[in-house]
Amino acid sequence: MTIFEKSVAGRKGYELPVYDVEELTCEIPQHLVRKEPPMLPEVSEVDVVRHYTDLAMKNYSVDRGFYPLGSCTMKYNPKINEDMAALFTDIHPFQPRETITGAVKLMGHLKELLCEITGTDDMTLQPAAGAHGELTGLLVARAYFEDKGELEKRRKVLVPDSAHGTNPASAAMAGFEVVELKSGEDGCVNLDELKTHLDESVAVIMLTNPNTLGLFEKDILKIAQMAHEVGALLYYDGANLNAIMGRTRPGDMGFDIVHLNLHKTFSTPHGMGGPGSGPIGVKKHLAPYLPVPVVRKTESGYDLDYNLPKSIGMVRSFYGNFLVMVKAYTYILTMGNKGLKHVSDMAVLNANYLRKKLSKLYQVAYDRICMHEFVIDNEEFAKKTGVKTLDIAKRILDYGMHAPTVYFPLIVHEAMMIEPTETESKMTLDKFVEIMEKIYNEAHSDPELVKKAPYTTPIRRLDDVTATKFPVFRFKK
Amino acid sequence: MHRYIPHTEEEIKQMLQEIGVSSIDDLFVDVPKTIDGYNIPEGRDEFTVKKIVEGLAKENVHFEPTNVFLGAGVYYHYIPSVVRHMASNPNFVTAYTPYQAEVSQGTLQMLFEYQTMMCELTGMEVANSSMYDGASAFAESLLMATRITGKTKMLVAESINPEYRTVAKTYTKPQGIEIVEIKYDETGRIDLNILRSSLSEEIAAVAVAYPNFFGVIEDLKAVREVIPQNIVFIVVAEPVSLALLEAPGKFGADIVVGEGQSLGVTPNFGGPGIGFFTTLEKHVRKMPGRIIGETKDLEGKKGYVMILQTREQHIRREKATSNICSNQAYIALINAIYLSTMGPQGLKEVAWRSYNNAHVLAKMLEEKGFERIFKGEFFNEFVIRVPDNYREKWHNMVKEGILGPIPVDRVYKTLGPSALACATEVNTKESMKKLVEVMSK
Repeated sequence: MTIFEKSVAGRKGYELPVYDVEELTCEIPQHLVRKEPPMLPEVSEVDVVRHYTDLAMKNYSVDRGFYPLGSCTMKYNPKINEDMAALFTDIHPFQPRETITGAVKLMGHLKELLCEITGTDDMTLQPAAGAHGELTGLLVARAYFEDKGELEKRRKVLVPDSAHGTNPASAAMAGFEVVELKSGEDGCVNLDELKTHLDESVAVIMLTNPNTLGLFEKDILKIAQMAHEVGALLYYDGANLNAIMGRTRPGDMGFDIVHLNLHKTFSTPHGMGGPGSGPIGVKKHLAPYLPVPVVRKTESGYDLDYNLPKSIGMVRSFYGNFLVMVKAYTYILTMGNKGLKHVSDMAVLNANYLRKKLSKLYQVAYDRICMHEFVIDNEEFAKKTGVKTLDIAKRILDYGMHAPTVYFPLIVHEAMMIEPTETESKMTLDKFVEIMEKIYNEAHSDPELVKKAPYTTPIRRLDDVTATKFPVFRFKK
Repeated sequence: MHRYIPHTEEEIKQMLQEIGVSSIDDLFVDVPKTIDGYNIPEGRDEFTVKKIVEGLAKENVHFEPTNVFLGAGVYYHYIPSVVRHMASNPNFVTAYTPYQAEVSQGTLQMLFEYQTMMCELTGMEVANSSMYDGASAFAESLLMATRITGKTKMLVAESINPEYRTVAKTYTKPQGIEIVEIKYDETGRIDLNILRSSLSEEIAAVAVAYPNFFGVIEDLKAVREVIPQNIVFIVVAEPVSLALLEAPGKFGADIVVGEGQSLGVTPNFGGPGIGFFTTLEKHVRKMPGRIIGETKDLEGKKGYVMILQTREQHIRREKATSNICSNQAYIALINAIYLSTMGPQGLKEVAWRSYNNAHVLAKMLEEKGFERIFKGEFFNEFVIRVPDNYREKWHNMVKEGILGPIPVDRVYKTLGPSALACATEVNTKESMKKLVEVMSK
C-alpha cells in the first residue's frame, strides 16, 4: 500500500516549535498564491515509522547478505564511516572560510591520499558520481585540446565495446564523436584494431582496466605509448580499481586522467543508487583545466583555489558530495597502505576461487586468471535448457542471495557478471556455489520451475514491458 | 586478517589450492608492478581513526541553526528526529540501484512515492528519481530543451543562482548551446522588456527561478504570457516555497527543476543534496535520469520497476538522454520521509513561518536603515544594501555565534555592497533581534 493510501485527512506527524513572532499579512500577489494544497500524505509519526520500516524490509542490501553485482563493487560498508560523516552534517558551504578549516583540511588530506593511490598530480573532488567524473574528465581533455588549438581536429573518443555504458554517453555529452573499439578474441583491446582508428583525430582513449570482463589489459603500457605518440590522452575508468591497489597505479601505467568511484573501492554505501562521489585525478599538464575550486596545500594549511583561469568551470555546486568524501577518508585511514593491498589481494582471490568452482558447471567467458570479477556465458546453457540468464538470476533471489549483474557486458550474450569483493568469506562463496549447483540441476530437471522464479520474494516476477509501454509515473487517487 | 576481510590463513591456502596457483602473486601475473605499496600511513584502529576525524570536525565552527541567516541555496530547517531514524535503516543505506526489482520493492515504491510528491509540489506530470543537485538538474534541463526543440539558444534569467548558471555553462558549451543572460529590473524580477526583445525564432528555452536568487518571487504568469508556446519554459523552484506559492505547472512550465536539500536534508557542507527534475508526459522521452513506474507481477499483484530505460546510457550508450547513472536516491528517501512527516499542512506552516520571519527580519533591518534593494515581493530571502566594510563585519559576526547574511556583491557587481539575508522557521524573535543588533553596531 502506498503512503498516500494510508493518509487520513487531518492526521499529522509533525509539531513545530512554539512561535512567538508577530504575524504579518501575506503580501504575495493573489495569482501567485497556491490555491490547492499539494496531495502529500497526512499521517502520524508512527504511520511514517511503520511505512518506511515496511519498505526497508522489502529491500535486499549488503547488510543482509551476498551481493555479487559485477562492476558495482558491493563490498561491506563499515559503520564507523557513517559515524564520521555525521560529524559534518551541519556546516553551511558558504560559511566564512575560517570556520570550515577542518572540512577543507579533510578534503586536502583525501586529495593527497587519492593522488598517491592513483599516481596523479592533482585532483578535483567535485564530481558527484563516477559518470559525472567521466564527463568532468572529458571536459578537462576538451579544454586542454582547445587551449592547444587542436580541438578542431581531435573529434574522436575511442571506447572499447566492453566499456561501461556511461563512457560513450559521457563522451557524447562532452561533444565528442564516439568510436567503438571491438575487443579481441582474448577479451582485451586488440592492438591492430586500435591502430586502425588511432591517429591525430583522436582526443581520448577511454579504458577500464581491469576491463568489464574482469581481465587486465595486458598490453596497457603499449597502448599508453601508442596513444601518446599521436598526442591523444588516455582516460582511466576507475570503477574497477578494487583489483589492483597496492601493486600498480593508473598514473604509472600512462593514464592522464583517472576517475574514482569512492562509493565502490572506498566502501561508502550506495544508498539505493546514490549519492556517490567521482573525483578525478590528472597529470600535471591537465591540472589548469580542473573545475574550481581545487583544494590546495598552502603555507598555513589548505585552501580552496578559485583562481584557475583555464578551468572548465564547475560541474556542480559547492565542493561535491562532501559526506561521501568523509566516509572514503575514514576508510583509507582505517585500511592504510598494507590494508588497501590486502583488499585487492582478497578481492582477486575470491573472484578466482568462484570462477574455478563455477566453471565446473557453467561456461566462463574467458576461463583464465581473472581480476576481481569474471563473466559467465550462458548462451549454450540457455539453448540446451531453455533457462536464460535472467531466470537463473531470479532463482538466486529465491535462495536468499542477490543475483549477479546480468546481460552486461553487452559483448557476451546471456552474460552473468560476478564480483564477490574482498569482504565475503569462503563460507559465503561456497554457499553461492551450492545455490548455483541447485539451479543448474533444476534447469535440467525442471526448467519451468526456474523460468517462473522467483517465488519467495515480496513480489513475483514483474512485468516491465507493459510498465514501459503504458507507463504509470505517479500515484493518483 | 582484518576486521572487514574475513579470510584466515588456512582458508587462503585452501582457495589458492582450488584455483591451482601457489601464491597470491600468481594471480597478478598480467599486472605490471609499478609500486611496492603506497607512500601512505599504515591502517589504524577504530579508536584512533575516530580521534583523527573528530579532530578535523572540531576545527569547524558549528552554528546554532537559530543563529543562521545564510541561505543562498542551502537552508536550515527543522528536521524531525523520525527522518534520520527511518533513513538510517541499513536496508536503504546499503542497497544498490534496484536492478533486481523483486528484492528492491522498498527502494522502488519509495522512489515512486517520491516522484509523486515532487509532481504534486511542482504541479507537473512526471518526475525522475533524482539528479546530483539543483545546479546539474538545471544544466540538464537546458540540454533537454535542445532535444525538444532542436534549437540551441537559451534565455536565462541573471537572477538564477550564480553557481547554477556556471554549471550550466560548463555542461552546455560542448553542445554549442548559447546562453543569453537576461537582466533583472528594479523589482528583482526578470526584466520583461529585455526578455521580450530577446525573443526570436532561434530560442529553445526561457529559464527563471521561483523564487530567484534574490528571494524575489517571479511572476510566472507574466513571463509565460511573454514567451510563445513553442519555447520551452523552465522554472528553477525552491520546493518549500511551493507549499505557499502556486505550482509552476499551473503557469504552463515545461520543466521544473531545483534543489531538494531544504526538504529534510542537513546542509552537509554543500553535499550530498539532491536535484529534482519534473516535466510533462509529452516530453518524458527527452528527460534525463531514472524513472520508476507502477506495474504488476505475474500474479497480478501491484509492484514497481524502472521504466523507459531505453533512454538510458546502459542501453543507448552515446545516444542516451544523459550520462547520469548513480543519482541521489538516498536523499530522495530523506525528502520522501520528511514530506510524509510534514504533510501538506506542516510544509505550509514551515513555508509560512519562513516567509513571515524573513519579512519581520526585513522590517527590523529596514528600521535600522538597511535598505532592501529590490521592490518585488520575496519569500524567505532578500537583498539589503550594506556598508562598504560589511565583509569584515560578516566575518566578525562569527564571534557572536552568528552566520550572517552573505555578501553578494562579488558576484553581482552592479548592486554595490549588498548582502543576501535569509530566515526560515528555525530562527526566533530573539535570534533576529540579536542579528539586527550585531549588524547595526
